[in-house]
Amino acid sequence: MIDEPARRLDEGALRALVPRVLAGLVRRGEDFDAAEDALQEALLEALRVWPGHPPRDPRAWLAAVATRRLVDARRSEAARNRREEATYAEPRSAATEEGDDTLFLLFCCCHPDLAPASQVALTLRAVGGLTTREIADAFYVPEATMAQRISRAKRALQGRPLDQPGDLAVVLRVLYLVYTAGHAGRVDLAGEAIRLARQLTLATEEPEARGLLALMLLNHARLPARFDPEGRIVTLDRQDRGRWNTGEIAEGVRVLQSALAAQRPGRYQVEAAIAALHDDAASAAETDWVQILAWYDDLVGLTGDPVRQDPAAVLGRAVAVGHVLGAAAGLRETDRLREVLGQRHRWHAVRGHLHELGGDLPAAATAYAEAARRATDVAERDHLVRQAARARAAGLPGNIE
Amino acid sequence: MPKYLLLKHYRGGPEPHHPFLPMDEWAPADVEAHMAFLKHVGELLEKNGEFVDAQALTPARTWVRYGGPDAAPVTTDGPLPETSDLVAGWYMIDVESFERAVELAAYVSSEPGPGGEPLYEWIDVREVMSEAPSDN
Repeated sequence: MIDEPARRLDEGALRALVPRVLAGLVRRGEDFDAAEDALQEALLEALRVWPGHPPRDPRAWLAAVATRRLVDARRSEAARNRREEATYAEPRSAATEEGDDTLFLLFCCCHPDLAPASQVALTLRAVGGLTTREIADAFYVPEATMAQRISRAKRALQGRPLDQPGDLAVVLRVLYLVYTAGHAGRVDLAGEAIRLARQLTLATEEPEARGLLALMLLNHARLPARFDPEGRIVTLDRQDRGRWNTGEIAEGVRVLQSALAAQRPGRYQVEAAIAALHDDAASAAETDWVQILAWYDDLVGLTGDPVRQDPAAVLGRAVAVGHVLGAAAGLRETDRLREVLGQRHRWHAVRGHLHELGGDLPAAATAYAEAARRATDVAERDHLVRQAARARAAGLPGNIE
Repeated sequence: MPKYLLLKHYRGGPEPHHPFLPMDEWAPADVEAHMAFLKHVGELLEKNGEFVDAQALTPARTWVRYGGPDAAPVTTDGPLPETSDLVAGWYMIDVESFERAVELAAYVSSEPGPGGEPLYEWIDVREVMSEAPSDN
């Protein structure tokens, strides 16, 4: 039996090396697909061998084992000719520091030609160093399905030059997808997304990269208070703020400030600013809704037609409007979204919240029940059923809350 | 060991034992008791080594069929007869016998409803065909 804590310690160090080793192989001219497979095998071997025999130079060990695998594979490969005419990207010059490697690989894995699910899977394996099994577990699909998704994604990349800078916006979106997928599963994807975003900020000055890291940190800080011991959702206004992670909040605020200083605002920075204002309030009653509304004004101002292009921002703003200008004003804001979001649970849930804010409990109960019928997440559905039952009971005649 | 699906329904099935309101109209304490019971069933099955899977389905339903060559798929969400079955979710269990599956289904059906009274909900028990031929 391998000692658990010791093994996990090795694993963290091991996985941090993945992008560096893989980038080294790819820059040397190895095919991305083959190099990634070889490194995955080297990783599995490391997990097996290292606990008993830790290497002196882990990075060199991984590179050597992966290279040996590549040579073996090449020897046994019948279609070697095919390989030779395939892309031998010019090795890029000079800068091969850690952050640069990460960025290079993120651009490979988040290639715009790949579907989002493939970008996510490939990023977690090639940059995050997770095994196929771990990624499959995180998304609750069979391991064979995830293996297939990854190998199809890599095949799609074959023959494409991987030496061009990619689209950073896609990379950020992929990391945010990893983060949002990470609250429920068995693998800590949220923590993984934060780790990758942190590496990314070492490689680029782009303030939105720091905005994204700040947003993740500032939301992640509240995670310990978001569920009660029974696994029930606890909404922001009822959370025990003493359980928030003050270290993550402090780091998030610091990262956000450095991003905002560049004076090139973007949606992640704005969303992070809103999260920071929530985190900053000592109690729900002390929330600075006026400032939050001002940031939401900025957020909806980032798109030309926010109702269609960014309805989530308009919906979030409606809540802020409700708190600043009153429930009726907030509800009027949600009316504008009826056509776009009227079938989504979140629209009904927000209306339930606003009705409750305005003291109309029967209407709140109806809206929560509508939301529950449309929820796609068990914890959220259960939460909304509870909200509906609670609002209905409190709104019955003779019951004064 | 045979596997069974214990299917729960939003509607459909035999005549209900007694009528009851939708859960969002129950007293909050009854809602809590009901949800706690379902969580307990999942934990019990895991503890017994009988748990395979449990899933919940949203009530939204879309029927789809092939539209023909070069045609888009044909979809409809109704109208359907009000009494048509609508599955809400399931437990998949791996148990010794059909009798054990029935016993567990009856236990699920005893879930507390309004006033803490059992719901007597009908549970649809279906055997899952095995992939491999049995060895006897």
